[in-house]
Amino acid sequence: MTHAIQLQDLHKHFGKNEVLKGIDMTVEPGQVVCVIGPSGSGKSTLLRCVNLLEQPTRGKVFVQGVEVTDPDVDIDAVRRHIGMVFQQFNLFPHMTVLQNVMIAQQRVLGRSKREAEVIARENLDKVGVGAKCDALPGQLSGGQQQRVAIARALAMSPGLMLFDEPTSALDPELVGDVLTVMRKLAEEGMTMLVVTHEMGFAREVADRVVFMDGGVVVEDGPPAQVIGEPKQDRTRAFLHRVLHPED
Amino acid sequence: MADPKTAEPARARLSPRKKQRISRAVQYVVLAAALVAVVMYADWQSLAENFAKGEVASEALPELFTVALRNTIIYAVGGFVFSFLFGLLLALMRLSQVRPYRWIAILYIEIFRGLPALLIFLLITFLPLALPGFQVPGGTYGQGILGLGLVGAAYQAEVFRAGLQAVPKGQVEAARSLGMSATRAQITVVIPQAIRMVIPPTTNQFVALLKDSSLVLFLGVSGEYVELAKFGNDLASQYANATPIMVAGLTYLIVTIPLGYLASRLEGRKGRTR
Repeated sequence: MTHAIQLQDLHKHFGKNEVLKGIDMTVEPGQVVCVIGPSGSGKSTLLRCVNLLEQPTRGKVFVQGVEVTDPDVDIDAVRRHIGMVFQQFNLFPHMTVLQNVMIAQQRVLGRSKREAEVIARENLDKVGVGAKCDALPGQLSGGQQQRVAIARALAMSPGLMLFDEPTSALDPELVGDVLTVMRKLAEEGMTMLVVTHEMGFAREVADRVVFMDGGVVVEDGPPAQVIGEPKQDRTRAFLHRVLHPED
Repeated sequence: MADPKTAEPARARLSPRKKQRISRAVQYVVLAAALVAVVMYADWQSLAENFAKGEVASEALPELFTVALRNTIIYAVGGFVFSFLFGLLLALMRLSQVRPYRWIAILYIEIFRGLPALLIFLLITFLPLALPGFQVPGGTYGQGILGLGLVGAAYQAEVFRAGLQAVPKGQVEAARSLGMSATRAQITVVIPQAIRMVIPPTTNQFVALLKDSSLVLFLGVSGEYVELAKFGNDLASQYANATPIMVAGLTYLIVTIPLGYLASRLEGRKGRTR
């Protein structure tokens, strides 16, 4: 069986700064994998290497069996099948919500306007912002914007989804709506790689939790193990800081 | 200053408010004196005779609007469209990954912003000599539009560069991660946002270009091709009277002042929507 994602000896340098120091990791089809770790641990960079928003310095990345780090691969074609959701939403502010979800369907997948609109409305309804089709992104709350961003990615019928701290820029009371949508996606069997600080979500939804620190994977296993009974001191220290910030 | 005994009463005698009042009074007196001097020493009759003579002004109509203003707008709008498109191209070259494109764009922008626009117009008149058989398409209109466009593009390129760089990097990342090519991302996502952002400075560019259209005078135009400045100057020579130049000046203001207000209105609105 081909892995949904496979990383082999992945290295990434920014100048002299080595952010990823040799990552080996796999995500199986249908799995939800949450990557946790302190800021600066390289978890966002890892995620961005999967769809080559960052070019790895060394090592290989395979997505659904295709080596995306191969220079001969058409990266635009690969990215069509990888949905990505950003911390800052990155909706296109000059387009309505509906246009945001339609534009890549039309321009990249070559769907007709009518087909793109039907699919866009389906996905906007699914994430609970179907009533906001004609609004501009600037008129929506952060939680609504992020759900539009998820609908925009889903409308491309991706084989897997990458989430880069999807709730970190949200007001606390808006986090729940976004997590609910993500939970629903997980239940439907979507393959998801999620960089997050939401420990509750990781514990309940993830099939595996990966703890990263200093550019390496420190611990990788089921949430009950990594969050419940961490083996490594670094994992324990991080979880203690996150779960008991007042101490 | 060190002696509090003298400092105390001094402050009491001249409070800051009083000082301000005196200063203002002095300013009014100076202004009144200047006005009196102007009124007394200016030869109003002669001034009116030379700069605001009714009969001469009426000679300017209706050609002032039907020919001169019309041509000014043709030169300005034509030059603006040229500089808008060419400026966008230059800005994209300026930000290109391909180094020679950046060099060419920088060279062009520096040269055409560094030279007086008048010099460019003078050079254009020599083009047929330099390139035998070469004719600028569109004749006199084409020459004027070319000159204004070449100069305007250098400025407009810098306006566009600022706009393109102001579009957040995340916008391109979102577009690319949806599978758009780099070019497609620019066309669909970056350029439309950049254009929206540069509308106010671009309006100011248009005003500058409209005023520079007076340089068409140096192309040696005549007859149906004259714009406001040339039109005013010709009539002024004909009547040995400056009134037509004043009239032409007023006509410029009718267009430029509302556009200036429009630009600052747009500037204000931009701050609210983003």
